Amino acid sequence: MGDVELRQLVPKALSVLVRRGVDFATAEDAVQTALIRALSTWGNDPPVDPQGWLITVAWRSFLDMTRSDVARRDRELRFGGGPDTGAPPSADDTLQLYFLCAQPALTPSSAVALTLRAVGGLTTRQIAQAYLVPEATMAQRISRAKATVSRVGLDRPGDVATVMRVLYLVFNEGYSGDIDLAAEAIRLTRQLAALSRDPEVDGLLALMLLHDARRQSRTRSDGALVPLAEQDRSLWDTDLIAEGVAILQTALARDQLGEYQAQAAIAALHADAPRFEDTDWVQIVEWYGELLKFADTPITRLNRVVAIGEADGAPAGLAALADIDANVPRHDAVAAHLHERNGELEAAARLYATAALHAPNLAERGHQARQAARVNALLRHDSNTD
Amino acid sequence: MAKYLLLKHYRGAPDAVNNIPMDQWTPAEVDAHIRYMQDFATRLEGTGEFVSGDALAPTGAWVRFAGAGKPPVVDGPFAETKDLIAGWMIIDVDSYERAVELAGELSAAPGAGGNPIHEWLELRPFLGWQHTITE
Repeated sequence: MGDVELRQLVPKALSVLVRRGVDFATAEDAVQTALIRALSTWGNDPPVDPQGWLITVAWRSFLDMTRSDVARRDRELRFGGGPDTGAPPSADDTLQLYFLCAQPALTPSSAVALTLRAVGGLTTRQIAQAYLVPEATMAQRISRAKATVSRVGLDRPGDVATVMRVLYLVFNEGYSGDIDLAAEAIRLTRQLAALSRDPEVDGLLALMLLHDARRQSRTRSDGALVPLAEQDRSLWDTDLIAEGVAILQTALARDQLGEYQAQAAIAALHADAPRFEDTDWVQIVEWYGELLKFADTPITRLNRVVAIGEADGAPAGLAALADIDANVPRHDAVAAHLHERNGELEAAARLYATAALHAPNLAERGHQARQAARVNALLRHDSNTD
Repeated sequence: MAKYLLLKHYRGAPDAVNNIPMDQWTPAEVDAHIRYMQDFATRLEGTGEFVSGDALAPTGAWVRFAGAGKPPVVDGPFAETKDLIAGWMIIDVDSYERAVELAGELSAAPGAGGNPIHEWLELRPFLGWQHTITE
C-alpha cells in the first residue's frame, strides 16, 4: 500500500473518533500516532482491513494517551469498549473536517498546516520539511491551531470558500523537499470536489490541473524560470490539460461564474495554444475583465495589462499600465517587457535591472537579471555596429 | 564544530576586483554565476557543513517599541543605509581556517567575462550558548 493510499484513510479514522465524542485535538493526535505506526510497521505487508486497523489503533492510542491507568479506565468506561467501525462516516463528516481545519479564526499558515495533517494525513515532519521550518516549530503551529479549533471551531467552522483559499495556498507552495505540495493540493481538491456541489471547487480543480500540466516546462533543470513565450510546449501534459478543460466546461455550463472558474478559463486559453503566437489574447483580456468582477486586486489588473499588451500592442499595454500603482509587485518587470516590445531598449534594460532588485524570489531575480543582461548586450551590439 | 556566518553585502563592503554590475554581464555569465552559488551550497550539504542560506530584499524598515499599548514605531523603508546586507550563508565547520577557505571559494563566484568577482564577504563567528569543555 502506497503512502497516498494510506493517507486517504486518515480523514475517515478522524471522523470516527470525533463522532464517538473524542474532542478534535485529542482525536487528531491519536490518528497521527496510528498513522506513524502504520508507516513504520506495514511495509509491504499491510493488514487485510487497513481502514479498520487504523481506526482501532487510533482508538487504542487515544485510550493510552495518559499514562495513568485510572484515567485510562475512566476513558474505557466513558467511551465503552471500542470505536463503532461498522457504520462508516458519511461524506459530510469528511467535508466537516475540511471546514474545521479552514476555520476563519486560524491564520492562513495554521489552517494550511492543520489541513495537511488532519485531512491530508501528512506527518508533522513532512509538513515541516515542505515549508522549510524546524519540526518543533511546525508541531507548535499545529498544536495551537488545534486548540483554536477545539475552542471556537465547532461553533464557527469555515466554509467552502475558506477551504478553497487554504488549498490554493498549498498548491502555490509548489514542491520542495520530498513532499509534492502541488500534488497533495490537487488530491485534496479532487476529494473536496467529490463532496461539494459548488462549481467553484471544480473551477479550482481545473485551475490546478491546468497549471500543473505545464509545470515541467516552467523551469529549467537548474531552477531558472522559463517565460511562457519560450516554454517547450511538447513538455505540457496533454492528458491533464484535457481533464482540466473538461472539468471547467462542465462547471461553466452551470452558469455560476466565480473567481476560480475565471482563472481556470484564462489558464485553459493558454494551454489551448499550440504555439505562443496562437494564444487568444483578446479572449484572455475579456476573461480578466470577468475575473476583476470577483477579485479586483492590483495583481489581477497588472496581469490584464500584460494581456492587453499582447492583444492590442505594446503602446496600448503601456497606456493601461499608467493606471496601475507602481508599487504593485512585478510592476517594473511588466513595464520592462512592454518598453522592450515598444523598441525602447534603454528604458527596458534599466527597468529589468530594477525588477531584479525588487523581485519577490530568487528564481525571478535571476530571470530579471538575465533579461537586463540580454537587453544590455543588444544595446552594446547596436552601438558597435553604428 | 563551530558555526560561522558568511555575509554578502549590497553596499558597504570594499570594492570587489571584478566590480562590473550584473546587468552588464551576458546572460550566460549570469547563469554561470547562479550555478556556481547553487553548486557551492549543494557541495557543502554533501560535506555536512551547510546550515542555511538565503537572500534578503534590498529594502526594509526600522521598527522599535513605542510604549505600552501603542503600535510600534516604523520608520522607513530606507534603501539608503551605508551598509546593506544582501544575503547570508551559515556554515558549521571544524575550524576557523576551514571557514576562511570556504568564504574564499564563495568569493570566487564568476562575474563579468566569466572571471571571479573576488567579492569581499564578511565572516562572523557565532557565539552560541555551548560551554567549551576543556579537560
